[in-house]
Amino acid sequence: MDVSQPITAADGTPLKKKLAQAMFRSKLRATGLVVPLLAFVLASFVFPILALMWQGIHNDTFARLMPNLTEELRVWDGVSDPTEEMYALLVADLRQNRADKTIGKVASRVNQELAGTRSLFTSTARKAKKLEPPFKEALIKTKKKWGDIKVWQAMKLTNQSLTPGFYATSLDARYTVDQGFVMKEEKRQIYTKLFVRTLMISGSVMLLCLLLGYPVAYLLATLPLKYSNLLMIMVLLPFWTSLLVRTTAWIAILQSQGVVNDLLVWIGITGDESRFSLIYNMTGTIIAMTHILLPFMILPLYSVMKTIPPSYMRAARSLGATPTAAFIKVYMPQTVPGIGAGGLLVFILAIGYYITPALVGGQDGQLISNMIAYHMQKSLNWSLAAALGGLLLLGVLVLYWAYDRIIGIDNMKLG
Amino acid sequence: MLDGSDPFVRFKNVQKSYDGETLVVKNLNLEIEAGEFVTMLGPSGSGKTTCLMMLAGFETATHGEIELGGKPINNIPPHKRGIGMVFQNYALFPHMTVAENLTFPLKVRNMSAGDIQDKVNRALDMVQMRAFADRKPAQLSGGQQQRIALARALVFEPELVLMDEPLGALDKQLREHMQYEIKHIHENLGVTVVYVTHDQSEALTMSNRIAVFDDGVIQQLDAPVALYEKPENSFVAQFIGENNTLSGKVDSLTKGVAAVTLDSGDKVKALAVNTDAKGSRTSLSIRPERCIVSQKKTAGLSALKGRIEELIYLGDHIRCRMTVAGNNEFIVKVPNTADQLGLEIGAESYVSWQTDDCRALDFKES
Ligand SMILES: Nc1ncnc2c1ncn2[C@@H]1O[C@H](COP(=O)(O)OP(=O)(O)O)[C@@H](O)[C@H]1O
Ligand SMILES: [Mg+2]
Repeated sequence: MDVSQPITAADGTPLKKKLAQAMFRSKLRATGLVVPLLAFVLASFVFPILALMWQGIHNDTFARLMPNLTEELRVWDGVSDPTEEMYALLVADLRQNRADKTIGKVASRVNQELAGTRSLFTSTARKAKKLEPPFKEALIKTKKKWGDIKVWQAMKLTNQSLTPGFYATSLDARYTVDQGFVMKEEKRQIYTKLFVRTLMISGSVMLLCLLLGYPVAYLLATLPLKYSNLLMIMVLLPFWTSLLVRTTAWIAILQSQGVVNDLLVWIGITGDESRFSLIYNMTGTIIAMTHILLPFMILPLYSVMKTIPPSYMRAARSLGATPTAAFIKVYMPQTVPGIGAGGLLVFILAIGYYITPALVGGQDGQLISNMIAYHMQKSLNWSLAAALGGLLLLGVLVLYWAYDRIIGIDNMKLG
Repeated sequence: MLDGSDPFVRFKNVQKSYDGETLVVKNLNLEIEAGEFVTMLGPSGSGKTTCLMMLAGFETATHGEIELGGKPINNIPPHKRGIGMVFQNYALFPHMTVAENLTFPLKVRNMSAGDIQDKVNRALDMVQMRAFADRKPAQLSGGQQQRIALARALVFEPELVLMDEPLGALDKQLREHMQYEIKHIHENLGVTVVYVTHDQSEALTMSNRIAVFDDGVIQQLDAPVALYEKPENSFVAQFIGENNTLSGKVDSLTKGVAAVTLDSGDKVKALAVNTDAKGSRTSLSIRPERCIVSQKKTAGLSALKGRIEELIYLGDHIRCRMTVAGNNEFIVKVPNTADQLGLEIGAESYVSWQTDDCRALDFKES
């Protein structure tokens, strides 16, 4: 038979084409069914995320609101003294901002780059109308800071709409006009420390969930049905109560006048004056998060263990292995897909956790997501929030990639 | 180690209940000699697996004692019993290669690497699977997995090997092939095998002795020939091979021969095997190949009138379904000889047999 010849159907059309025709209708129907969901996901999830990610590297507030100065700042080398013309254009833009009531936005944007410049802009804008040329002298006379090259460098940086500045800030570095990226001094580094803490807390929560969840999942998978059903209800119970209720319950239990401390004092493990601080710190965050995320570890583990027939353990024992050896060498390796899935799930949920650390975390139990929320809601520095979120997302993707490399995503069993 | 008088394996008055309400195994007594191939045969749910699991140590006997090599093993955990086991689903460890699976029992016994390699190779050669040592179980066909499971159960040279329906998942042809292979391995190694199956032809092919189970009781324990030729009760007669049953009442018992009046009113003679005295109900058992269909009565044989209902031509013999003494499922296997081809559906003729081939057993509603 000639292999190069395409195989044809009975009516002479190539088989591939015929198959495509035959499949077209069913494909069309299938597509029709998923379109609503696809549109919903695109509109409510993919698009907002992309928009926010874009904000992390793109902020044109300054360039948009200071149209006159923009061109001049762009060509300025960033080290030589600003020219009279630049001062003149600045005054023109400030007058316009004052009239348009947009000066607040400009001031905030520059303030993000160089702290303490907000009032410089707002107060100067108020007086801008009355200023007379030469503007350089006039401006420096109203506020000495206008002679500081740092202010101008900050303006040049904010003028650059497409900027790595927010990502640099997220990593505790600064992007400067003259030196490129510069790390901030040790004691002013907050974000990297927060990232490290987030990873550490998430890792601890994951390990704790594994340690506590593995035996429970094993019991679930091996107990007779009537007991395992009851146990399953207990595992799922937390899902049926609101997150807020559960978290406040932990406050009641763990606070210094709470149940646990009362008990410890009563037993005599600690004195009434030296009660343990179990909440409003990292301990509180870890305890509460472990409790909340435990089902996410147990369920994938359970679904894997359920599929392991008891005959494997029996076979191992009949071959001469002690119960412990049989468990470690035969049972546990087969639960790796469940450990991987549960671990990944808990870790990814944990690094993005927000409400619980906000309520019980105190100062040192805060995670990076609390910082993101702060920048979204309080400081209104959305670009920085986006950059922090972008790094978090990148972390998750790296993790996912590593998981795929080491264990293989096909091996993952979620339920 | 054995002092001659003790059997290698012994179940002594063993009972087992899972729920405390019903006995799954009722007073089991079974003795197995070293080197024997004993099969537990019975319908599903009759307690075969339970017996095997008690012997392996995965279930505890509710009552009674199990001895291995003359010593009670009720309190010895499974991993110290040194019994090889082949499971129905093979239970090959999926995360280990074939070689690692075979190495496992040797490693937990702390053998030296050289010994291990030797034994693994020998075991693989025994089942002709040397070439597959580095494959994972999932990359093997059912028959190949079966061989590996067999090799794994034998690699640490146990004296006793238990097999629970090991061929159940294979297709017919492969199953028959593996039956011979297991039989040969047993003959070559001389290990004691306790085999569980619900397939009678499998049991007949492989075993030295067969224990027929029903409802937690051993109905008969015998060599395959005896089991087929001389069933001791109706269950065994019906479970092993094909069987015709006629019910009736014992009129008299003389010298081991029972005179029986059938429910249809006909009178016949039968070998009294398992029936009470005069007046009790009995089921007569006659093998289809021991009956003769003829136009006239034959001297010296018991004979009944019958009507031919159906004829199935099977090459070497003709399967003839008849109505005899009210039983319309009476089967006769007629050898394919020239003069027998005259059989006709609807024809009346005599069915006859030797008195010894008609066994009067305990009464069982058919
Ligand atoms: N683990 C168990 N728990 C409760 N009942 C069981 C268990 N295993 C078997 N049984 C019951 O015991 C009876 C015998 O089962 P089994 O020994 O598996 O029979 P077989 O192997 O002959 O099919 C069955 O009625 C079964 O339902
Ligand atoms: Mg069974």
